[in-house]
Amino acid sequence: MEPVKEITGRAYPFGQKNVDTDVIIPSHWLKTITRDGLGRGAFETLRADPDNLFDSAEFKGSPILVAGDNFGCGSSREHAAWALFDLGVRAVIAPSFSDIFSGNAFKNGILTVVLPQEAVDRLVEVAKTDPIHIDLESQTVTTPFQDRFTFEIDPFRKHCLLHGLDEVGLTLARGDAIGAFEGTVRTDRPFLAKGTDVGVAA
Amino acid sequence: MMRPAIPPDRRLDHALAQMLFLKYRLGGLNRLGMATTNPRTLYQKIWDAHVVERRDDGTCLIYIDRHLVHEVTSPQAFEALRLAGRKVRRPDLTLAVPDHNLPTTARRDAQGARIPIADRESAQQLAALEHNAPEFGIRYIGDADREQGIVHVVGPEQGFSLPGATIVCGDSHTACHGGLGALAFGIGTSEVEHVLATQTLLLKQSKTMEVRVEGELTPGVTAKDVVLHITGVLGASGGTGYVIEYTGSVIRGLSVEGRLTVSNMAIEHGARAGLIAPDDKTIAYVKGRPYAPKGDDWDKAVAWWKSLATDPGATYDKVVVIDAADIAPSVTWGTSPEDVVPITGTVPAPDSFADASKRDAAAKSLAYMGLEPGQPMASVEIQNVFIGSCTNSRIEDLRAAAAVLKGRRKADTVKWAIVVPGSGLVKAMAEAEGLDRVFVDAGFEWREPGCSACLGMNPDKVPAGERCASTSNRNFVGRQGPGARTHLVSPAMAAAAAVAGHLTDVRDLI
Ligand code: SF4
Repeated sequence: MEPVKEITGRAYPFGQKNVDTDVIIPSHWLKTITRDGLGRGAFETLRADPDNLFDSAEFKGSPILVAGDNFGCGSSREHAAWALFDLGVRAVIAPSFSDIFSGNAFKNGILTVVLPQEAVDRLVEVAKTDPIHIDLESQTVTTPFQDRFTFEIDPFRKHCLLHGLDEVGLTLARGDAIGAFEGTVRTDRPFLAKGTDVGVAA
Repeated sequence: MMRPAIPPDRRLDHALAQMLFLKYRLGGLNRLGMATTNPRTLYQKIWDAHVVERRDDGTCLIYIDRHLVHEVTSPQAFEALRLAGRKVRRPDLTLAVPDHNLPTTARRDAQGARIPIADRESAQQLAALEHNAPEFGIRYIGDADREQGIVHVVGPEQGFSLPGATIVCGDSHTACHGGLGALAFGIGTSEVEHVLATQTLLLKQSKTMEVRVEGELTPGVTAKDVVLHITGVLGASGGTGYVIEYTGSVIRGLSVEGRLTVSNMAIEHGARAGLIAPDDKTIAYVKGRPYAPKGDDWDKAVAWWKSLATDPGATYDKVVVIDAADIAPSVTWGTSPEDVVPITGTVPAPDSFADASKRDAAAKSLAYMGLEPGQPMASVEIQNVFIGSCTNSRIEDLRAAAAVLKGRRKADTVKWAIVVPGSGLVKAMAEAEGLDRVFVDAGFEWREPGCSACLGMNPDKVPAGERCASTSNRNFVGRQGPGARTHLVSPAMAAAAAVAGHLTDVRDLI
């Protein structure tokens, strides 16, 4: 995963509350076999409107999304995070997120920033005309107008994002411990250590 | 409560001992690394045997012994590995089988060429697995192989799923394998990737629940009726946060296939996993299967499996006791698997429920199902019958249905009746016993193995507004096709409904 340190750029001044995963990516996109290209399905229903925010010349490709309360509620589909990432979004700022969505976002290298409603309202205003800057190291969101909001983040998640560590990578770093465990299984419970190669193994 | 006083000079020792006790008790080992005499449950024993590392917050890195992979939840996991340049850590502990999207009609033409699949996305998912499995060195059972079938039928049948093992699959009915005494549960796509790459998962221990079914089943009552009844008693979320161990004389009396049926539906009462202690029946079932342990390994395996049963004195976080005498052949009336009544019962009135949200849900269910409160269940006419799914597509299920159908025919009002064996091997066995003839003579279609009308991802769907007596596990809105109305039943009850043209008490036919 790419490390996430700073995210700077235009932000979609979206602001909607209770955006569920069905809005983020409708269910007919779930039969895909790849994460790539899901960006086309992101906010598909909203984007049926030719004047929508996501395809406007000014905002298209923005790395930040500013949204309302309870972003990402609904089903547990990981496709929601994949779709946003594919759309180019690297951070979502909102007053709150569904747990499952923020977990999925984190796993896919998207930063979720929780800020109070007033701060989010202010950022929606700024985003209409100007860029926003997020600095993960100092846990701040700033604007060209001297706005400065600090946010909280789980230290473990922060560490992983800053260093581009995904969960799989972190567990892979425990490879020695896993190898040692496999050694024990080979001696103590050899029947579990052999799978589809059972006929071949001595 | 009074505790024995500890002299001040001994307090530190005592605290230290307690800490050590706690630390090692969790691992089921004492300070010298010997097994403690602390009574443990079956779940605790399997858990303890799979802890690679324990973190401070109680999360454990758990080793996964067996990973089953199908075509729906795996493509993005393989893609992620490919993008990151990662390998599958233990391809030998992974087995791939397509099941959800496969058509249940012929897959090869007379020349042996593949018959193309019309649905583009189904075809893509199938092609992805066919390509990914060999690329990552994983044993792949193909669509035309005799061993192909529903992943939860294939695992136990091949001896790949073993008692005491940790088993995962990107599929919520993975709990099925718990019928062998394996700790088996469904996972999401990112976890599929995690297991492929590391053969482990980060997990927190669940609470434990014992569901004890005591007494004797009356004739005509099967494993499916037992699990439907349990789901009715616990409710669809009654097991949330728990791993359930099914115990008692009824469970012990079930065949291994019956136990797989019970554990299969653990998720329908909310439990992450179901477990049934391995016993002599389990051991006899596993013996000699293709991937089952051989020689010395076999003896070691048997010794270990016999040590897994819950110790006397071990406690569960919750215990539910069910009397077998209360279990009748059961049917569902609504759109949640908890909506269970005996076939002798009637459709409940929504206002008979104490809970307001359940009243709402029941009213919606009845509207969707087109049923009236008070209507006898045995009068509900059906137009479709589906015998199949990972819950009820093994040989004993087919035998039970055939026993009812022998010498009988489906009612003319039943438009579509299909039997979808759980695997090619089940199909072959049934054909060797002549069961296919019984089904065909009774007006059923005899199909190729797969998930089929359990969820209608392939072309097997129940038409909108029509009813289906189905041996599957979910009666959700639209599960068997948009607008389809599902009544969950046992294989014998499905056969009886086919003959009568309406839901009916199978006990009148046996
Ligand atoms: S048969 Fe049904 S429940 Fe079982 S794995 Fe297939 S779709 Fe899922």
